Amino acid sequence: MSEALPAQAQMTAGGAIGASSLAPDADRAKYVLRLADTSLIVAQQLGAWIGQAPALEEDLGLANIALDLLGQGRLLLAYAGELEGRGRDEDALAFLREPSEFVNVSLAEQPNGDFADTVMRQLLLDAWQIELFEALERSRDERLGQIAAKAVKETRYHLRYSGGWVVRLGDGTAESHERTQQALQRLWPYTAELFDADPLEEALAAAGIGPHPAALAAGWRARLQEVLAEATLILPPPASFRWYGKRGEHNEHLGHLLAEMQILQRTYPGAKW
Amino acid sequence: MYAQALDQPEGHRECASADGAALEARFLSRVASEQKVEPKDWMPERYRRTLIRQISQHAHSEIVGMLPEGNWITRAPSLKRKAILMAKVQDEGGHGAYLYAAAETLGAAREDLIEQLLSGAAKYSSIFNYPTPTWADVGAIGWLVDGAAIMNQIPLCRCSYGPYARAMVRICKEESFHQRQGFEIMLTLARGTPEQRRMAQEALNRWWWPSLMMFGPGDADSKHTADSVRWKIKRFTNDELRQKFVDFTVPQAQFLGLKVPDPELRLDEASGHYRFGAIDWAEFNEVLRGNGPCNRERLAARREAHESGRWVREAAAAYAEKQRARTSAAAA
Ligand SMILES: [Fe+2]
Ligand SMILES: [Fe+2]
Repeated sequence: MSEALPAQAQMTAGGAIGASSLAPDADRAKYVLRLADTSLIVAQQLGAWIGQAPALEEDLGLANIALDLLGQGRLLLAYAGELEGRGRDEDALAFLREPSEFVNVSLAEQPNGDFADTVMRQLLLDAWQIELFEALERSRDERLGQIAAKAVKETRYHLRYSGGWVVRLGDGTAESHERTQQALQRLWPYTAELFDADPLEEALAAAGIGPHPAALAAGWRARLQEVLAEATLILPPPASFRWYGKRGEHNEHLGHLLAEMQILQRTYPGAKW
Repeated sequence: MYAQALDQPEGHRECASADGAALEARFLSRVASEQKVEPKDWMPERYRRTLIRQISQHAHSEIVGMLPEGNWITRAPSLKRKAILMAKVQDEGGHGAYLYAAAETLGAAREDLIEQLLSGAAKYSSIFNYPTPTWADVGAIGWLVDGAAIMNQIPLCRCSYGPYARAMVRICKEESFHQRQGFEIMLTLARGTPEQRRMAQEALNRWWWPSLMMFGPGDADSKHTADSVRWKIKRFTNDELRQKFVDFTVPQAQFLGLKVPDPELRLDEASGHYRFGAIDWAEFNEVLRGNGPCNRERLAARREAHESGRWVREAAAAYAEKQRARTSAAAA
C-alpha cells in the first residue's frame, strides 16, 4: 500500500475486503464519473483536430491520444453505470445527460483554440492524470485499479507528446513562444480545481479508493516545471477565481460541445446505431 | 520530422544513348519476369514520373479523404462508432504518410507534393468532392468507397515498384477492415427505424454512381493505360475493375434490402455479370474540373489547416535548429 493513502486505508489493506466496505456505490459512481467525463471530453475535443492539424504527423499523434482517452472514458463510464445501478450504459451516460450533469474538471472543457492552447491543455492534464492514475493503480477498488494501470501507461506517452510540443513551441520562434505563454496564462486558472478536494474526494480518500487531490500537487508541479523550464515559459501566479467543473459548474463552451456530440442520439430517441 | 528532399540519384537520369537502350531492355525484361524494381535500380524516367504522379495522387486522396468522414467524428452516434471512425480516419492519414514516403523513394519531396495539392495542380480522387450530410454517408463511404479502393488497390500489391507494392499490402489490409465496418453501419441502419432506413437508402443513392466513377474513364477513353500495363503498374483495365466492383457489391445491396439507383441494372445470366446503365461522364468531368459539390470546401480546408499550422512547423524547425547549434557547441 502506498504512503499516499490515508492511515485507516493502510491498516485494513491486505485483508479480504467486501465491496460494501469500499465506500457506498453511489459515491464511487459519482467519483468514477468525474474521471470518465474528463477523459471523454478531452477525447471529443481532440477528435475535432483530426484532419485539421498543423502537419500529418500531428493528425496521427492527436488521434492516438484521442483514441486512448476515449477508451479510458468508455471503460470508466461503463463502470460508473454499473456502480450507479440504474441500467445506464456508456452511451446513455455520454449522450443523454445534460451539461450540468457532466462532472469533468473545467480544464478539460476549455476550447481547442490554436495548437498551443491544445498542447498546453494536454500538458496540464497529462501531468495531473499521471499522478492520479499512478495513485489509483493502488486503489482498494480493484476494477478502478485495473483501469488506472492501463491508463497510466497511455498517459506517459501523452505527456511525452504534449511536453515535447510545449518545449518546441516555447523555445521555437518568438511567435510560438508568445502564443504558448498566452495559452498557459489562459488555462492556468483552471488548474486549481485539480488539487482542491471536496467532500466526495475527502470521503473516497479516507476509504482508500482514490488519492487525496492535494497529495497530487507536488508531483504535478515537478513534472510541469521540468517541461516549462526547458520551454523557457514562466509559471503564472495563482488565480483568484476557481472553477469547479467536477461539481457540474461549467461555463459556456460545454453546452455547445455536448449539443454537437449528442445530436443523433437526441434527434432519434431509442434508435440503435 | 518534416521530410527533406532527396538528392536525385544518378541512376534515375534518362539515358538516350545505346547504353540507355540496353538498360531499358534489361529493365523491361526484369519487370516482365515479375522482379521488383527498387529505389536504387535504374528505371526509365517516364516510369519514375508515372509512379510519382500516381503515388502522390493516391497520397493526396488519402489526406483529402480524411475530411468527409472527419466531418462526423464529433457527432458519431455512439462511443464505439466514434472510436472506430477516429481510428479509420487516422488509418487514412497513415496511408497518406506511407504513400508520401514511397513517392520520396523516387526522388520527390513531400513538401513539393503537398504544395501541388494545395495549389490545385495535383489531382486527388474526385469521390471526396461529394458531401457527407448524414451519418449514413459515413457507412456508405466505408462500404462503397473503401470497397472500390480495395478493387483498385489489390492488384497494386503486385505492382512492379517495390516500395509502392509493399505500402499497398499494408494499406489493403486496413481498407478491408474499413469496408466491413462501413457495411456494418449500413446494416445497422437498414435494420433500424424507418428514418434510419431512409438515411441509408439516400446515402446509397448519393454514393453509388460516384463510386463507379472511381475506376476512371472507360477503357476506350483512358490515356495512361498502355505503358502502365507494360510496366506492371496496372494489371486490370478500368472497366474490368469496375465490373468486378459491381458484381461484388450488388448482392450486398440486396442483402441490405436497399435499391441500387440504376433502373438498367440486371444480372446477365449467361456471363454471371451484372449489366449496369451508362455512367454520366459529364458529371465526372465537371467534378474533375473543380466544379463538384465540395471541391472548393475540400481544398479550402486543406489550405486552412496548412496555413494555420505554419507557425507551428516554423517553431519546430527553429527549435530543431537551436538544438543542432547547442549540440555542436557542446561538441566543440
Ligand atoms: Fe486509405
Ligand atoms: Fe480506408
